[in-house]
Amino acid sequence: MSVFVAQLLNGLQYGLLLFLIASGLTLIFGVLRVINLAHGSLFMMGAYAAFLVVRTTGSLWLALPVAIAAGVALGLLLERFLFRYFYNREHLDQVLLTFALILLFEESRSLLVGNDFHSVPVPAALNFSVPVTDAFSYAAYRFVVIGVCLCLAAALFFWVERTKMGAIIRAAAEKPEMVEVLGIDAGRVHLTVFAVGTALAMAAGALAAPLTSVYPNMGDSLLIISFVVVVIGGLGSISGAFWAALLIGLVDTLGKAYGPAFASRGGAGAVIAAAASMSVYILMVVVLLYRPTGLFGGRS
Amino acid sequence: MERTKIRFGAATRRDLLKGAAAANLAGAFPMPAIAQAKPVKVGLMLPYSGTFAQLGENITFAIEMYIAEKGGKLGGREIQIVKLDDESKPELGLQNADRLIKRDNVDVLIGTVHSGVQMAIHKAVTESGTLCIVPNAGAVAVTRNLCAKNVFRTSFSNWQPAYGMGAVVGKRGIKKAAWVTWDYAAGAESGEGFKQGLEANGGQVVQTLTLKFPETNFQPLLAQIPGLGVDVVGAFFAGGGAINFVKDYAAAGLKVPLVGSGFLTEGVLAPQGAAAEGVETALHYGDGLENPKNNTFRPAFKAKAGREADVYAVQGYDAAQLLGIGLEAVKGKIDDEGNLYRAMREAKIDSPRGPISFSKSQEVVHNIYVRKATGGLNKVTGVAVENLADPGTGCKL
Repeated sequence: MSVFVAQLLNGLQYGLLLFLIASGLTLIFGVLRVINLAHGSLFMMGAYAAFLVVRTTGSLWLALPVAIAAGVALGLLLERFLFRYFYNREHLDQVLLTFALILLFEESRSLLVGNDFHSVPVPAALNFSVPVTDAFSYAAYRFVVIGVCLCLAAALFFWVERTKMGAIIRAAAEKPEMVEVLGIDAGRVHLTVFAVGTALAMAAGALAAPLTSVYPNMGDSLLIISFVVVVIGGLGSISGAFWAALLIGLVDTLGKAYGPAFASRGGAGAVIAAAASMSVYILMVVVLLYRPTGLFGGRS
Repeated sequence: MERTKIRFGAATRRDLLKGAAAANLAGAFPMPAIAQAKPVKVGLMLPYSGTFAQLGENITFAIEMYIAEKGGKLGGREIQIVKLDDESKPELGLQNADRLIKRDNVDVLIGTVHSGVQMAIHKAVTESGTLCIVPNAGAVAVTRNLCAKNVFRTSFSNWQPAYGMGAVVGKRGIKKAAWVTWDYAAGAESGEGFKQGLEANGGQVVQTLTLKFPETNFQPLLAQIPGLGVDVVGAFFAGGGAINFVKDYAAAGLKVPLVGSGFLTEGVLAPQGAAAEGVETALHYGDGLENPKNNTFRPAFKAKAGREADVYAVQGYDAAQLLGIGLEAVKGKIDDEGNLYRAMREAKIDSPRGPISFSKSQEVVHNIYVRKATGGLNKVTGVAVENLADPGTGCKL
């Protein structure tokens, strides 16, 4: 039972991190209708930013604000000088653009920092563990990640659900032409949404850096799982992404924890073990079959 | 334009005739001395960029160091080195190996670090018959079912270090162990070694936990360990994965001791910091290993490379030593394959890691040492298994 509690905690922490990445992805898709394949590379750059900040200043506390600021700045530049010209183009053009950005980001990383694997140390004040069961402890930094993710999620909810800008963003996601008709500056909305989405991805990277270490192409596998979150949650829905990310974090963790035990039982056990390792994708297929627009998606 | 073309063509035709005449003349006088004096071309196909660049550099430094110690000649012949960066990219492996073999006409190919690239090299050299010495990659197939008479390995097979670790914990009376690794070839081959070493000494692996390569979300696996009822956890990870695994293992506060194949703490102790303290691993080299050869090798390497020698430097040095013994035995006549390979197979080498020899499948036979991570060093605390040979299963040499 106590092991189960530890696994729930693992699932929660993984899910919250997925939410930070997926929320930016779903926000950008919902409002701008662009599938941003470079989102995983932005996560990678956030992690490298944290690594560089820690290497030069020795402080991880600075890493999160630096990553967020860099994310906003990069987002503004990308939207203003690149994406703006692609909203009316075909999806294939947009996909090619964001794929090119992946290559550019990874190559710049390779030139500036190199291709080595780097570990990012946790601040000394957080370098201890908290026992969750009598034989299993949890690194304090993981609790910090859970806390920061929850705060960022709450701030994002407040912004989207309770502010005027949020109302415009929700309206733009539902009926973009109505927003135009009301005389709202769509350019500014796009610019803001893109910058926030980019900042969320880089913040997630900076937070994850001490947990995963930093290495080339580290965002690739997370990009795929984030797309699964966005699809299950419903394209463009922030609350959908939140619940889907938690669901996937738990399903993936519990699948990894309890699935392999069945493998040794042969026959049906092997099938269960194989299914457990693909549990996330099976979940996606089931959701798409019964709710093609996702758990929280509107009708379209 | 047209005129220059014609004149250019005429000039080359005249040169060609001159060259042909010279060739005829040369053919008329047999000059065996010239053929003998031609240097032996040694191709180094190693990573000089990317994650494994430092491994490739250290292997190269050590090879150059040995050749310089011998006055630039092995078996009486000058050695000419041709370097090629394999970038640790398996997809370029065959093309790169062919470039060295067919375009540069190397007599010997020394390479490489990455096991995937090794399989490509292996295909190329078994087709061409070029002598190949492996200075790192541990894929077991190279000296098992795919073994070849022209392929030798001076580093290790993935099976060996883990077998040593399994044997050590088994001898301590440990009955139940778990094995944690990535779900890929090197992890499975090491796991097989750990299991066999443990079983040969009265214990067993009751659970194997794996995750996809190169994922680093170890938490779901670590949380299971208290429930397994094991006395020790063995692991194989390398590079960045090893850094994270050892740190996460320590942070999880598990009461079960962690041991592993040597690569778990090799070259990564600094970033692992206090988390690695006390972790025991097994490998064919370690810090504080005392023998006369090692005591002269380490300062010499540092003088050449500007950094401390490591296990990769030792493996490269021994690749050059093995080649030296072979060429010495055939007096530099590298085409005398039968005698060359026999001399190499029977070689007894004084390595910085201790005495080494070769098994029938041409895999290195060496001591596996137990090391304990102490104050940033993998301190050798004893010998796990003396003269450990890979089983060479499936090799018909």
